[in-house]
Amino acid sequence: MRLLAMIVRRCLWMPPTLLGLVLIVFAVSHVIPSDPARVMAGENATPDQVAALRQQFGLDQPLPAQFVHYVADVVTGNMGTSLFTQRPVAEDLWARLPATFELALYAIVLAVVAGVPLGVVAALRRNSLLDHAVRIVTVAGLAMAAFWLAILLQLLFSMWLDWTPVQGRIDGWGPDPITGFYTLDALLRGDWATLGQALRYLALPVLTLALPAMATIVRFTRAGVLNVMSSNFVFYQTAMGIPRRRVVWKYILRSALIGTLTQIGLIFGNLIAGAVVVETVFDWPGLGGFAVNSIVHSDYNAVMGFTLFVGVVFIAVNLLVDIAQAMLDPRGLDPRGR
Amino acid sequence: MSVLRRLLRDRSALLGLVIIAVLVLAAVFASPLATFPQDVSTYHVANRLLPPGSTFWFGTDRMGGDIYSRLLFGARLTIVIAVVATSLSVLIGVPVGLVAGYYTNRISDLLMRVSDVFLAVPQIVLAIAIAQTLGPAIQNVILALSVTYWPFWARLVYAETRSLRNEVFIEAAVALGASPARVMVLHVLPSIASSLIVRTTIGMGGAILVAAALGFLGLGPPPPTPEWGRMIAESRAFLPQAWWYATAPGMAILLVVMGFNLLGDGLRDALDPRLRRGGNER
Repeated sequence: MRLLAMIVRRCLWMPPTLLGLVLIVFAVSHVIPSDPARVMAGENATPDQVAALRQQFGLDQPLPAQFVHYVADVVTGNMGTSLFTQRPVAEDLWARLPATFELALYAIVLAVVAGVPLGVVAALRRNSLLDHAVRIVTVAGLAMAAFWLAILLQLLFSMWLDWTPVQGRIDGWGPDPITGFYTLDALLRGDWATLGQALRYLALPVLTLALPAMATIVRFTRAGVLNVMSSNFVFYQTAMGIPRRRVVWKYILRSALIGTLTQIGLIFGNLIAGAVVVETVFDWPGLGGFAVNSIVHSDYNAVMGFTLFVGVVFIAVNLLVDIAQAMLDPRGLDPRGR
Repeated sequence: MSVLRRLLRDRSALLGLVIIAVLVLAAVFASPLATFPQDVSTYHVANRLLPPGSTFWFGTDRMGGDIYSRLLFGARLTIVIAVVATSLSVLIGVPVGLVAGYYTNRISDLLMRVSDVFLAVPQIVLAIAIAQTLGPAIQNVILALSVTYWPFWARLVYAETRSLRNEVFIEAAVALGASPARVMVLHVLPSIASSLIVRTTIGMGGAILVAAALGFLGLGPPPPTPEWGRMIAESRAFLPQAWWYATAPGMAILLVVMGFNLLGDGLRDALDPRLRRGGNER
């Protein structure tokens, strides 16, 4: 019941939180004087043309009225038109979603597949050479600027070794879309050449995004395992003669991963933040690059659309993580349902 | 003092402390330490894009500027941005968290909801939007960082204050007739100071990373300001030939952020010996 109360409460808070978010971004992009209509019309536009554009996009109305209109439109699924691409913002976001999703998915899979075993082994061989090496990599991974790592990888693997392309997602247009994931689409169509190419394009951005995520996972997995290792149930299982391997990889890992799980929200946020920068460096046609472009062009409909979209996803992910955590370990649940 | 002794015995914390000390010294003595202090603002096209050597230790950039000298002056900028932005965030976030955690009323709910709004998107997204509207300048970077960073401290202080709210020593202070402000400042704040110090230390590193990202995206202080993120962005046009161009500033960011992270971890262990590193690492 307490879990249900928490879910209901959090869902009820979602609309006001998002409304506040839109209000902030709206204030940021509208209150401070910058004239998107003039930017859009170009340098040679007559005042009449600028005025016409302003009227067309409702920019001549008072700000509160603009805000109310915007919110009313968003509620019906209309995020407005991008001033830059002249297409509906929702359509632009939707078209760019698979690229970012593909990138983030590979990054998180790589981070988990590499991070969890490294964290466990580092904890088991505490203070060994391996533990110290892992620690150095994690500390550096959390302190490195993603854009710098991206440039170093480009320099090494693309420019010097010539193993991977410098930037972009594919040569030409990519496979005919089924899912929008180039690797999956190529696989489904049996197009091995395209699959190989898509993977080569993916390699560096995925690596850049995965490193900080992996560092976080290693840190928490290692801490979790060390914590659980000294607990009574592990002592008991060892005394019962259960093979060490099974105790470690089954019982210890299961309890240790709860702590790591709570960090998925954090990791996910870092992935989105990382995507904003990484997609810019690799010219990856995803949401992050779109956001930077829209911000630079003062394309406020697109900026608000992106922020809102990220906000919804972010809140939903955090809620799911909290639900999973509450189900795994109900002790932490606040009776007031927070 | 035992905290200091514990901190100095921790080798990685000591390394962090040394890195930060070097950064501060580099920033304070940038002018005498720089081999070409004038290169921050003047062009020497003849010396453009020279590899590292005995004259130009870390090479030169696209304007013929000495990267080593520019790096030193960039350290100033980095410290100013990190210290001011983090302090502002702490100054906003801590009172908000204290008030919201101490009281259990509508205002407290409202304050936490407002901070939730800011936490509903990754910090850099809002920071980019704010920095872009305000225009490229140091004070705007600081403003963008502070406006988006304070909720982290509000959340932390809120949670800690809530968990202290029912402690006997707080109840005793209230029973003695202490005003809410007095309880918050003299009783709650000292009890949460250690985790606040730890978070603020690590938060400095975070602020430096976001500031560098803003600079990299062209939203930081305008050229010829020797901002580290911008230096890395400039280098991209000259790769792969000028490999040294991005190396030094990137390394500087890595080391400084690492320094703050290591010091923060060390402080956590030193201030709270119950939490051994690796035991309850959070």
